[in-house]
Amino acid sequence: MQGIIIAIVSFLSGITASLGLGGGFVLLIYLTAVANVDQMQAQGINLIFFLPIAALSLIFHAKNKLLDTRPLVPAIVGGLIGVCIGYGLGRLLGGEWIAKLFALFLFAVGLKELLHRKKSVPESPQKGG
Amino acid sequence: MEKERKKPMDFLLGAVAGLLNGLFGAGGGVAVVPLLEKTGIEPKKAHATSISIILPISLLSSMFYLLGGQVPLGDAVMYLPLGLVGAAVGSLLLKKLSNQLLRRIFGAVMILSAIRIWMR
Repeated sequence: MQGIIIAIVSFLSGITASLGLGGGFVLLIYLTAVANVDQMQAQGINLIFFLPIAALSLIFHAKNKLLDTRPLVPAIVGGLIGVCIGYGLGRLLGGEWIAKLFALFLFAVGLKELLHRKKSVPESPQKGG
Repeated sequence: MEKERKKPMDFLLGAVAGLLNGLFGAGGGVAVVPLLEKTGIEPKKAHATSISIILPISLLSSMFYLLGGQVPLGDAVMYLPLGLVGAAVGSLLLKKLSNQLLRRIFGAVMILSAIRIWMR
């Protein structure tokens, strides 16, 4: 039975990660709420899981011409700096109140996305390539 | 007409994603996608592109977690085989889904994530 659950969780996590929804949503909930894995360990497992999943997804997305490379360099540079700060902060502060703020941010943006109304003006056609 | 790219905005969205990724081991993507859309990238491309930003960020985060002894490498392995199958399926879905439906799904996922994090 546990094997089946792991299979389902893995499969769904792969799908959500590939859709850019964050595979962590499914895997983290399973690890912390069902498998009773420690929070930090669960976060670590989620990160490592994501690496090959993301790499495979990017191969497909590149093939389907869904990648925009323009923001990559500045975003990755900023991201690497952000990781160092975030990891250090997490170890220092424990993250309780930061988690609450993040939850509020997610809720607000999620609501905006969910309620987004399609514009009546037709979008310009996608360029090939 | 495409919006001119603003590098400081791209740097900022990456920094926010990195901050969240380092703090929570996840969550960078949910910040990156709306910010990429704000810079004029359509939702499908924003979702796909977010992965290319989060991947190197997650690589660095993973190294910190591993060096910190917070996860034995093998613990993630059992989730990989079907995870990779899911990744292939998800890639196909992203190509097929409409931008509007993708936004709705993303919105719902973010709200559920917010509730889960709040109640942690």
